[in-house]
Parts: sequence; structure tokens; C-alpha cells
Amino acid sequence: MSVITTDNLTKRFPRVTALDHLTVEVQSGVVGLVGANGAGKSTLIKILLGLSPATEGTARVLGLDVATEGGAIRERVGYMPEHDCLPPDVTATEFVVHMARMSGLPATAARERTADILRHVGLYEERYRPIGTYSTGMKQRVKLAQALVHDPQLVLLDEPTNGLDPVGRDDMLGLIRRVHSEFGISVLVTSHLLGELERTCDHVVVIDGGKLLRSSSTADMTAYTQMLAVEVTERQGEPEFDADAALLARLAEAGLNATVDGGHVVLVELTGDEVYDAIRDAVADLGVGLVRLEQRRHHISEVFAVNPAVEEEVAHV
Amino acid sequence: MSDIRTPDAHTREGARADVIHDIGYRHYEGPRLGPGYATRSLYTSSLRGAFGLGRSGKSKILPMAMCVIMALPAVIMVAVSVYLKSGKLPIEYTYYLTIMQFVIAVFTAAQAPVLFSRDLRFMTVPLYFSRPLRSSDYVRAKFAAIASAIFILTMLPMLIMWIGSMLGSMAFTYNLEHFGYGVLAAALYALVYAGIGSLLASLTPRRGFGVAAIIATFMVSQGLAQAIFGVMRFKGHEVSGHWVAMLNPGMLIDSTVQWIFNVPNDRPNIGVPSTLGGVVFLVWIAVLVCGTFALLVRRYRKI
Repeated sequence: MSVITTDNLTKRFPRVTALDHLTVEVQSGVVGLVGANGAGKSTLIKILLGLSPATEGTARVLGLDVATEGGAIRERVGYMPEHDCLPPDVTATEFVVHMARMSGLPATAARERTADILRHVGLYEERYRPIGTYSTGMKQRVKLAQALVHDPQLVLLDEPTNGLDPVGRDDMLGLIRRVHSEFGISVLVTSHLLGELERTCDHVVVIDGGKLLRSSSTADMTAYTQMLAVEVTERQGEPEFDADAALLARLAEAGLNATVDGGHVVLVELTGDEVYDAIRDAVADLGVGLVRLEQRRHHISEVFAVNPAVEEEVAHV
Repeated sequence: MSDIRTPDAHTREGARADVIHDIGYRHYEGPRLGPGYATRSLYTSSLRGAFGLGRSGKSKILPMAMCVIMALPAVIMVAVSVYLKSGKLPIEYTYYLTIMQFVIAVFTAAQAPVLFSRDLRFMTVPLYFSRPLRSSDYVRAKFAAIASAIFILTMLPMLIMWIGSMLGSMAFTYNLEHFGYGVLAAALYALVYAGIGSLLASLTPRRGFGVAAIIATFMVSQGLAQAIFGVMRFKGHEVSGHWVAMLNPGMLIDSTVQWIFNVPNDRPNIGVPSTLGGVVFLVWIAVLVCGTFALLVRRYRKI
């Protein structure tokens, strides 16, 4: 079932075009939305929530038209904004109960759902303390809880790992996977950290300057390349011996297409199973240690390789 | 083997009460009550918030103190009148509110930013608007909450005076009628002050600025109106001087209610310039209330 479909979606502001004839279809699952700052991610989310009219084109969320059925969409969708949005002087429980009622849940149901969802996102005793005393990780969990409290069919998460340390980031990514795998809620998550999305998402949509750059499954984007990476040690006690050069020469002799990729990695084109044997023999003959022999994967960042400026901004943040 | 395990399993069963089990994620199948319910919930929680209820002890101090200050002179006045058996309250219901307009202004200045600036400052507003609630629902709920809060504040002394008049066996019909004028004046105060207060509070995420802007608006308008009226009266233009009431909500409401019901009046600065002036005042009140509300709706449409 497609959760989000946009057709020729365009949003023009007086000075910039935020979305430029964007046509994309998103299936249920965890879907990553990637793009540099100003690529149009937030604008897209606003349009999908039915809060900002598109200049041109149409979009449907859960089969509902964003232009005419915004209210029905917002009843079934949860939204976690990128920025801080929590009042510091109320407790997480009070805040999430209030937000549940704003989504139309009766008072008793709001309290029950709040208790449930705070437990699911990993907030226990601290939920009775004012939010102002929380760490960034805990605040992000409250923000996620308020997006899930009304049991939506889809949540839109805008940069949920922003400002988190590596451990907090891993926890949050694990939580996002669970939102889909255990709760059965589809997720659209934006990020500019491609590594995160590779690990978390089933499908990745890349936009740049409001245009669709690519939309495909994470498996396709990170598929194996026809390249083997080989890394060997130096010969013991012979520091002047260049193991990489020797290996390169041996492999060339064996009729293989090999190059040195930066550091100490030799890339060998994988033309068949006999390539493995040739490498084994070459390494054994040279008397060096084999550190690594693996098939290279594609990275999402390669999508940006056509546009180096974007790559710099996105891939290495 | 099963014979050995059975009693064990029973004891475990008995101990389950104090163990939290992960029962997994449960979907919500119950009713979703829609924007009308959400608006009413927001109204209730905002109205409670305006008096600091459901919030920290500290935030109850100011609104509660204002209620006490608002009611205390009325209590004393009633007590003295009843004790002296004067048979009449010393001042008119509507005039009491005009005297106390400073208290209403402080209450509005302190509490309107609680309802409006906080959501802007902590950027909570987008969370409301990503729900079925529309921005106009949000504005309606907040506006109604602050107006109701001011109405409760202004109704306190009105009720005290009216109940006191009955306790002191004062003229029943007269007091009932004039209590009615007081209720109308209290409602007008609530609407006009809520309008001006909300609009100013919604312009800044900083609560302090909101408080200062609102109090300054009310105080300056009162000072200015009275000063201009004083000068005009001194120069012999008392009647046309009444037009300055349009500058100050307190004088405006008092003059209009006094004119509509022909309430006995011995104060020179309260009154309408002419019948046309009265109609203009009435229209001006409507313009103030509807205008500030419309501007509020417009202000939140952009977020």
C-alpha cells in the first residue's frame, strides 16, 4: 500500500522554489528522506500535513488528498518536529496527555495511551519530572511519544537524531525501527546522515533543490559492487618492501584488473570465482598476511557524486 | 515432572501482581472526538492555566492575588453598608469595575502571555497545528479562555455586591437591575481586555515583553484619556471631551453602559458626547473585540 504519493508537487515562495515538480511514491515501512539543508524536506512535510497549500500538483497521504482532507490526514498522522517544542515546566505525562486530547482522545484513553507510549519509548520514573530537567535524549523521546500517542498510521519524523550522542543516536534509530516492526506504524524520517538511513530505512528518497534525485530501496542503493577490496600486511622485518605494489604486479600478471584505492586497499575487479583463487595464490606466494578480502558495497552518498557540492554538504556532516 | 512444577507455577502466578509485563504495543480502537472536542479541551486547560491551576504553586500566586484584590474592597464595602444599615451600596456596580480597572489590566497583562507567549516561546504551536485542530480553533479556544478568566475576575465583586445587597435587605429590584448592568459591563471588560491582551501577547514569544506591552497599553491609554479630558473640561468642552473615552477601554465601557441604561452618574469623566456618540461607542467596542480577534486569527494563520 502506498502511504504517500506526490504528483508534480511544486511549492514556490516569492524568492525560492522549494519543491520542483516532485513525483514520488512511498510504500509502507521505514522510509528515509534525504537532502541537504534547504532541499525542501520541511516544506514537503508541511504540505503532507495539509498545513501549506501546494502551488502546483497534488499529494495524497494514506489515500487522502492534502488539499481537501487535511483534517482527516492530521488525525491519522503523527509529527515530530526538528526543533524543540516542549514546555520545560510541565511533566512528560502532563504534556503527552494534553497532546493526546488535542488529537481527539477522550480523557481516560489519553491517560492510558500516554502511560503506554512513554513506557514504549523508554521513559519510566522520570516521566513525573518537569521536562526542563531532561537530557536531550529524553526530550527526543517525549517528542516521539507525543507523535505516537494517538496511534497514527504514519509518523513524520524530522531529524529525530539531531543533537544526540552516538549512544543516544543508536537508541533512537532502534526505536524508529521498532515503531514499524512492532507497532506497525509507517515511518517517514528525514536526516542528513546517510549512514543512519542506510541502517534504519527500507527505502530512501533523495531530494535536492526540490527535485527528486533518486527513490529506491536501501538494498538497491547499498548493493554489492563488482569490486573486491584486498588489504595485506607488510612483510615482517622488511620495511622497504612495498607489499601493495608487489601484489598489484602479481595480480596484473594473473590477468586481473587491479588498482590501488587510496590507503592500503587494492581494488580488484570481480569477474568470476577464479579471482578469489588468484588473490589467494598471490598473497601466499608473496608471504604477506591477508587482512581483508571483501566485496565492496555501494553507498547512498554515491547518489550525490554527480553533484560534488551537495555531496560535501550532505555526506560528511 | 509436571507434578513437581505445578505448585511452583502457582506461586509464580500469585506473585504476578507486582511485576510489570511487557504486553507489547496496543493499537487504539476507541473514539477520536475531532476538532470540536480538542478545542473544548484546550479551552478548559487554558482557562485553568489562566488561574495557575494544574501548574506550579508559584504560578498561582499572581492570579489568585488579583482575585483577592479585586474582591476585597467589595467585601469591605458591603460589610460596612450592611453594618451601618445604609440601605444602599455606596457606589454603582459598573463604577466599581472602572475604579478597579487597574487590577483587571494587571491580571490581563500577567495571564494573557501565559496562554499565548508560552506556546510561541517553546515552539509548541506546530504540535497543535499538526493535529486535527485548525489555527482558528486554537485562537478561539485561547481567546475564550482568557476572556472567561477576566469575566470570572470581574464577576467576583459584582456577585459579592449583589449578595451583600440582599443580605442588607436593600431594594431588591434596583439591585437586581444594576447587578445586571454590572454583569454586562463585566462581559464587555472581559471581551475588550481579552482582545487587546491576546493580540499583544501573541506578537512576542517573550513573556516579559508581553506583560510590559499590555500593562503599558492600558496604563498609557487611561492616563492619556484622563489627561486630555481634564484639559478639555477645564477649557469648557466637557461634552465633546467625552470622545476621549474611545482611547481607554475602562472609560469606554463605563460610559457606554451608563448611557444605555441611564445609570445614575455623578462623575464628570463618564458619559457620552451625544446619542450618536453612544452609538459610536457601542460600535467602537464591537470593532475593538472583532478587530483584535480577526488580527489574532490572521497572525496564527501564517504559522
